[in-house]
Amino acid sequence: MLDVAVVRFPGSNCDFDALRAAERVGANGYFVWHRENHLRGADVVLLPGGFSYGDYLRSGAIARFSPVMQAGRRHAEAGGPVLGICNGFQILCEAHLLPGALMRNAGLTFVSKPVDVIVERADTPFTSAYEANERLRLPVAHGDGRFVATDDTLRELEAESRVVLRYVAASEASPYQPNPNGSANHIAGICNPAGNVVGIMPHPERAADPLLGLGDGAGFFTSFSKATVR
Amino acid sequence: MTGSAIAGVTEASSFPGERPVTPEVVREHNLNQLEYGRILEMLGRTPTLTELGVFSALWSEHCSYKHSKPVLKRFPTAGPHVVQGPGENAGVLRLPGGWAVAFKIESHNHPSAVEPYQGAATGVGGILRDVFTMGARPVAVLNSLRFGPLDIPRNRYLFAGVVRGVGDYGNCVGVPTLGGEVGFAPGYTGNPLVNAMCVGLLREDDLIRAAAHGVGNVLLSVGARTGRDGIHGASFASEELSEKSEARRPQVQVGDPFTEKLLLEASLELITSGLIVGIQDMGAAGLTSSSAEMAVRGGVGVEIDTGLVPTREAGMTPYEILLSESQERMLVVAEPHRVPDIQAVCARWELDATPIGRVTDDGIYRVRHDGLTVAAIPGQRLVDDCPIYEPEARESESARARRTAVPPSPPNPDLHAALELLLDTPGIASKRWVYEQYDSTVQASTVLGPGGDAGVFRVPGTDFGVAVTVDCNSRLVVLDPYEGGKAVVAEAARNVACTGALPLGVTDCLNFGNPEKPEVFFQFVEACRGIADACRAFDTPVTGGNVSFYNESPTGAIDPTPTVGMVGLLERVEDRVPSHFQAPGDEILILGETAGELGGSAYWAEVHGFIGGRTPPVDLEAERRLQLLLIAGAKRHLLRSAHDCAEGGLLVALAEAAIGGPYAPEGLGARVDLTGYAPGLEPAAVLYAEDTGRVVVSCATGRVEDFLALAREHRVPACRAGRVGEDSGELELRVGDSLFLWSTFTLRRIYFEAIPRRMQHPDVDRSAGE
Repeated sequence: MLDVAVVRFPGSNCDFDALRAAERVGANGYFVWHRENHLRGADVVLLPGGFSYGDYLRSGAIARFSPVMQAGRRHAEAGGPVLGICNGFQILCEAHLLPGALMRNAGLTFVSKPVDVIVERADTPFTSAYEANERLRLPVAHGDGRFVATDDTLRELEAESRVVLRYVAASEASPYQPNPNGSANHIAGICNPAGNVVGIMPHPERAADPLLGLGDGAGFFTSFSKATVR
Repeated sequence: MTGSAIAGVTEASSFPGERPVTPEVVREHNLNQLEYGRILEMLGRTPTLTELGVFSALWSEHCSYKHSKPVLKRFPTAGPHVVQGPGENAGVLRLPGGWAVAFKIESHNHPSAVEPYQGAATGVGGILRDVFTMGARPVAVLNSLRFGPLDIPRNRYLFAGVVRGVGDYGNCVGVPTLGGEVGFAPGYTGNPLVNAMCVGLLREDDLIRAAAHGVGNVLLSVGARTGRDGIHGASFASEELSEKSEARRPQVQVGDPFTEKLLLEASLELITSGLIVGIQDMGAAGLTSSSAEMAVRGGVGVEIDTGLVPTREAGMTPYEILLSESQERMLVVAEPHRVPDIQAVCARWELDATPIGRVTDDGIYRVRHDGLTVAAIPGQRLVDDCPIYEPEARESESARARRTAVPPSPPNPDLHAALELLLDTPGIASKRWVYEQYDSTVQASTVLGPGGDAGVFRVPGTDFGVAVTVDCNSRLVVLDPYEGGKAVVAEAARNVACTGALPLGVTDCLNFGNPEKPEVFFQFVEACRGIADACRAFDTPVTGGNVSFYNESPTGAIDPTPTVGMVGLLERVEDRVPSHFQAPGDEILILGETAGELGGSAYWAEVHGFIGGRTPPVDLEAERRLQLLLIAGAKRHLLRSAHDCAEGGLLVALAEAAIGGPYAPEGLGARVDLTGYAPGLEPAAVLYAEDTGRVVVSCATGRVEDFLALAREHRVPACRAGRVGEDSGELELRVGDSLFLWSTFTLRRIYFEAIPRRMQHPDVDRSAGE
């Protein structure tokens, strides 16, 4: 059975959601507390959303120093799959496992709503269940979701096709802004050069159950359950 | 040493440096002659300043309910599914499968009036703690807000700050906001209302009550340290707002949602592991009320050593420590040998747990500091002996006159423009600007989010869900407090039933002006009578709530605003019914009866600038039949959508359903024919009257006959009124001799942009609270 570690920081609040989404695809999910320095042989690591350490200082800035993140780094460097969602994405950037940073939303307010995104990389351990260029509707809920990076980094991300998710308009006629936070190049998620470390702002774990109205996020979990079985 | 040691009389000493208690000091503490006399009689001596502070807090309106108790006793509070009624931190109702739902609403009006961001944030923090101290995990929050009109800059500032405060706190703790309401009226300009409701889930077995038991048991302070913030918050909440209130800003507490999240997890772990005997939030009046109330509920005494309470700064007096309203603190009672285990749990959540006192057998509420007894009060009498007032209740002449007044009616009202004007009215327009600042999907259980009739969440691991709503139409309450009180409960129940859920119970937040004014107390008594009658008719007991009096500013009392929060049971979440039309070609039906009563309508208020007239009477029996019809229809999957007619009347409800949800790409539109509907009524009355007990539903064509038969069975009038738009994207309406056409694209823009357009003004302080 696939072992999925859900890392819990003080202030994580999507920890149960991520655990349930992993369990729904038949994985053995368990929590790893931020003070632990190993992942108990995890095949997959999930960094859930929330406000780790209260997001004081800067989102994800304190979490990167925790013992569990040293273990997470070793796992990532060995090619193990790591998915950071929302605050987890912020932590991956702060830990330099992904480039760039997530800043205050352009509108300066917290934004909670469903958004439409395109899957631009359907070959990562978390997106292989999707077709390339498939359109998904996923919820976002964040105050600091505006992806920024230097021009060089943005060029590199685009040249190496490392944009995993990109915001798109719901329809041509829609008068509403598709990009909810002002992210550079409408970026909603990226991966590292090897493709095993993925960070995204939308919350697929909240859209993994059709009864809740949105089922498009389930693929993130079925992807790794198929791709990583040993 | 003051006082003498005769039987039944206690002894206590002044803390060094404390002011002596003089008549002026007594007045400063908002205690009147009668109340102070009772204290002297109870103690047999002059109280110490510390004791005076304790009495001032516990005998404040906020803690003692001294003007409302006899009236609240008339609410129905019992029922086979009631696990916990009023008197605890939150009410609890039984759900299937060993589950239970804990819920409560509370106001944080006065703090929010002077410091909107922190006032609102700590309001959310307090209501979350009320729920998790019962052993329940908070799974939904709702809020009911009132402000003055948005063309006044300060109202925009308050609105923006309150919304941001509510959002930042709930978002960080990770509890989804599933609904709410926002109203705007001139009466709230000096005194906005911030009512927050929390709903939690627990296993019924895990329920814990806030009582101190077991002589010799230990009292622990868990969570944040105690600072000087919020001293006398409960007293502040119990006086009228004035120009001087701005000076109260330092008394507004400061919230830390990160600590709250840790406290939530630690508290639930302490409760489910059985390590503790009792737990209570240190909320209004802080350590004072939590310790006194726990002692009285347990029929014991307590002794607290304020010198042991962890403080943020040195040199705090026992008076300050007792009355501080620093946030994110809990008082825990436990057996002494459990203390190390409790401290270990708390340490894992990075929290302190410090023994600060013990349970005693003498029934005395005793406070010591560095070996000195600074307060010693008979505990039972401290809580029970506060004088209870039943002031005069008399309707004012002007209120009576308003009911019989008639509006200046222009000969040819523009009914087409009226719809656009109503959809542009902030109280009716979409609140998307508000709820997009609140996380509504965290916990991954949201079945129906904000923007519909009621929110619905699923109970994890089960097939059933809980519907939640919060409602109040204060215009109806102003004009007729009794019918208005009934209408508030009826609307909440209708909203719950629209989703397919059975209304289960009520929590209420009764916001009124100064109860010592006869016309205000009349509104209070009558509105409560209406709420009680409706709750009885719907079998939805009141399980708790909050009274907020003295909502007055230099411009006068607020509109009476008895807000009702309701929860309901949706047996299978797959049966849930959304508010908006779902499929082209579906048939539209109007349920209920249209009598054309325009009194108190938004149409008269917004289009004709007139608030008055006779409000629509509420037929509770008819409401109940309608609720049961909606539930039965949902269960049999006969309904594709259901939307309650409320503010704005039938046409606003039809338009809202036709223009679609907030994230639909466009509105489906509708073709509606009301030419034969409600014969004899003026078109304005058909379209805009706010008769209660009406719902707009849509059915797939193949299900209409079955649904009509079900409606007949339930004796609910159901009228076929048209079809959901097939191609036009227009709302087409025939009424009387007229044909009206609106583009749903235009209506959507008006409805969704009404609030953002007003809030884009440069004076909105976007940096508030950072």
